Amino acid sequence: MSEARTQMDQAWTGLNAIVGRENLRPAFAADAVDGMQPSGVIAPGTAQEVAEVLRYCNSAGLAIIPRGGGTKLWLGNRPQKADFILSTERLNRVIEHAWGDMTVTVEAGCTIDNLQRTLKEHGQQLAADPMRSDGATVGGLLATAESGTLRIRYGAIRDLVLGLEMALPDGNLIKAGGKVVKNVAGYDLTKLTIGSLGTLGVITRAVFRLHPVPAATATYSTLLPSASEASKLVLAILDSYLVYTGVQIRAQRADQVALDIRFEGIPESLDDQYAKLGQVAGAHKFERAGDVWTARQKLYADANGSVISKCSVLPAQIGLLCDAVFRCTGSAVKATLVAQATGVAEVRLDAAGVQPLTGALNALREEVDRLEGTLIVEQCPVSMKQELDVWGTLKDALPLMQQIKEKFDPARTLNPGRFVGAI
Amino acid sequence: MDARLVSEFRAILGDAGLVAGPEQLRTYECDGLTLYRVPPDLVLLPSSTQEMQAVVKICHRERIPFVARGSGTGLSGGALPIKGGVVISLTRMNRILEIDVPNARVVLEPGVTNAAITAAVSGYGYFYAPDPASQVVCTVGGNVAENSGGVHCFKYGVTTTYIMGLEVVLSDGSVVRLGGKTMDHPGYDVVGAFVGSEGNFGIVTKITLRIIKKPETTQTLMAAFNSISEAGSAVSSVIASGMFPAGLEIMDRLALEAVEAAVHPNYPNCQALLLVELDGSKREVELLMEKVGPMCKSCGATEIRLAKSEAERMAIWKGRKAAFASVGRISPNYLVQDGVIPRTALPRVLGEIERLSAEAGMRVANVFHAGDGNLHPLVLYDRRIKGQEERAMALAEDILRLCVEAGGSITGEHGIGEEKKHFMPVMFSEADLNAMQRLRAAFDPYQLCNPTKMFPGTDVNFQRPIAYEPHPIEKAGLAQRY
Repeated sequence: MSEARTQMDQAWTGLNAIVGRENLRPAFAADAVDGMQPSGVIAPGTAQEVAEVLRYCNSAGLAIIPRGGGTKLWLGNRPQKADFILSTERLNRVIEHAWGDMTVTVEAGCTIDNLQRTLKEHGQQLAADPMRSDGATVGGLLATAESGTLRIRYGAIRDLVLGLEMALPDGNLIKAGGKVVKNVAGYDLTKLTIGSLGTLGVITRAVFRLHPVPAATATYSTLLPSASEASKLVLAILDSYLVYTGVQIRAQRADQVALDIRFEGIPESLDDQYAKLGQVAGAHKFERAGDVWTARQKLYADANGSVISKCSVLPAQIGLLCDAVFRCTGSAVKATLVAQATGVAEVRLDAAGVQPLTGALNALREEVDRLEGTLIVEQCPVSMKQELDVWGTLKDALPLMQQIKEKFDPARTLNPGRFVGAI
Repeated sequence: MDARLVSEFRAILGDAGLVAGPEQLRTYECDGLTLYRVPPDLVLLPSSTQEMQAVVKICHRERIPFVARGSGTGLSGGALPIKGGVVISLTRMNRILEIDVPNARVVLEPGVTNAAITAAVSGYGYFYAPDPASQVVCTVGGNVAENSGGVHCFKYGVTTTYIMGLEVVLSDGSVVRLGGKTMDHPGYDVVGAFVGSEGNFGIVTKITLRIIKKPETTQTLMAAFNSISEAGSAVSSVIASGMFPAGLEIMDRLALEAVEAAVHPNYPNCQALLLVELDGSKREVELLMEKVGPMCKSCGATEIRLAKSEAERMAIWKGRKAAFASVGRISPNYLVQDGVIPRTALPRVLGEIERLSAEAGMRVANVFHAGDGNLHPLVLYDRRIKGQEERAMALAEDILRLCVEAGGSITGEHGIGEEKKHFMPVMFSEADLNAMQRLRAAFDPYQLCNPTKMFPGTDVNFQRPIAYEPHPIEKAGLAQRY
């Protein structure tokens, strides 16, 4: 015990020396991750300091949980160890908005809203709509590879990143990719890092490619009596000449399925698109709709006792997935589904206790497996995590992933246990 | 190569799956970068994943390095054989296995050519977006290795955007499936890491990719300018207006002369030609295209032509896509470079290139993807004149240095390969390169997959020919040099 205490005392002294006393504080209960209580929260002020902190902790055998806005800390398995939270809150600057090149260089701790505000001054945007853009940071968005409703037109977040700077556990600060739209020099370490949940390194800076803010936007919705009809209409839209920037299905019951579509562009073309939508939709009438694109975000409101999973199936299977969801839930569990036409769907399950939730989730996972899709539990009560790998079972790629982790973080300093296969 | 091993390979692949005759081996001694040549000891042509696995297992057991090769159109020497190693050709694995139109997915073997995908799905109204200039010949497997781009990637992205899943034979002979048909897979983005790894991570035996719906309409406009910088400012105004063109290409005077001599596209006579392509909904494209003409005019365009038919449009692109090969008409030899710069640095960097070219007393033709700042300077020279080739190489390297200084990259789509490996430290620190080596070690701990490429300090084992010798395929009149 006293030996452990001495080691911790030394760690505080060592880390204080790197970031300064005012940037290292004891952790509160609110800093716990899935009930795992860290001892301190450290907030480096430069990328170099991030690297130094990692180097120190790596050689001292201390586990680090990197944290941006903390809006998605529940993602992943329960950490096996958590000594310090490394907060990127002080790395929050937009370094350079090269609007003529349509790129931006930004620090990892900058919130998405702050970034978008800067970009908007020149009529540009990062074409991503994460759940909590007010709190979510660039680093967190990249570490979790969250993509929203815009993906169907602009690609996933991985497709919008041109380069990264990151600190590795051995204390090296490296850059991957660059600042230009096209670049194939060296391996694509940016892709490797995006979605790695901070298990390979800590992102300190990112370069994005940008898009113009559209001149006008219009959203239309229709209500369909079954998932299979909604699915059919989605496929008709995907196979048409319509130029949409979002196609989404929402359902809280199997016989009431809403379909949303969004057009962006110059006002004249929006009217034209709406007319064409009429031809594609046939008997189904689309009406002008309000704010339907935050439906994903709303799933996560007051969701402490709920299970939210992200399912990925093929576009033509969305109807099957939707039916499967309501088949699995029965009367004891309430389900809400928000699916993008890319085949990525978020499903929220609510019930009075953990038992029915587990039952419904297991049944849903079986259904998704049958469709050869994937299911990740994004959020669930911590108690469920003891018996559940939120990432599901990986097939033959896992040994390769374990090798990658071994090469980048052999001491398992970063987020130990939280990622796939308890990486 | 040991006769015992050759017969072991022959037992797996049959006579048709083996090339061992010295004359036939010469076909494989280089790729599109003909400056470097190494005759391979043996070429293996597996026709299935099982055969691939069996031959790789032998290579692993005997620690024989191998180089995967598609059609050999690569421009950075990525498929250059390695002394004492084998070349594994993917050209017999050329079947399209599945076309899933509702889900817009195609599953295919790596030896299928790029253009064959669009040909196979175009009847359904779909196309495969990455379109390197060599698309009629180059294979998708090669595109995956190089993360190939093309003329439409400003809007549509490059190969990595479209690759969903890979079946890969790793250097120990194990087969792994990475990614799949659906969008998201838990774990590291190993597909994203694999694409563009230039044959260092393993050999792809199956590819699942995404196709996209053809736009309702596509319009292409040509604008002639009196200078490159005027053409460059027209590009800036088009982009600043909020448009997202599918293609934005510039060719300079010298490139235009070459193209005119080779394929007669009947381009306007000018110092710089800008091509602007818009696609999307008919109404929007028509409305936006009406604005592009005046924008070019206000930047100094002397002539503007809008393609009136699909045939006219194809003729415009034919000239652009033939640009590299055409340069052969105005110069006995040339080097192609592939640097990238932030688009706004274009006028300054092109001015510098002009200065360097004058200083070196060598002509440089410029063809570039203006939307994404990807330059393709073509350094013209005559190998018969002593010292010219060295000077051309030095000039090409100076141009790359300019690109890096401007915040860009040494390669936008051609890759590092053999050609630019000694340039990696100009762009990356030792720590950056070390991180890449770690990733490589995770995939190929034995360093058997194309081991001498990508990084500086690896063996330079090529032989320089004394005089230019045409590739056997070229001699047979089956291919032009790109």
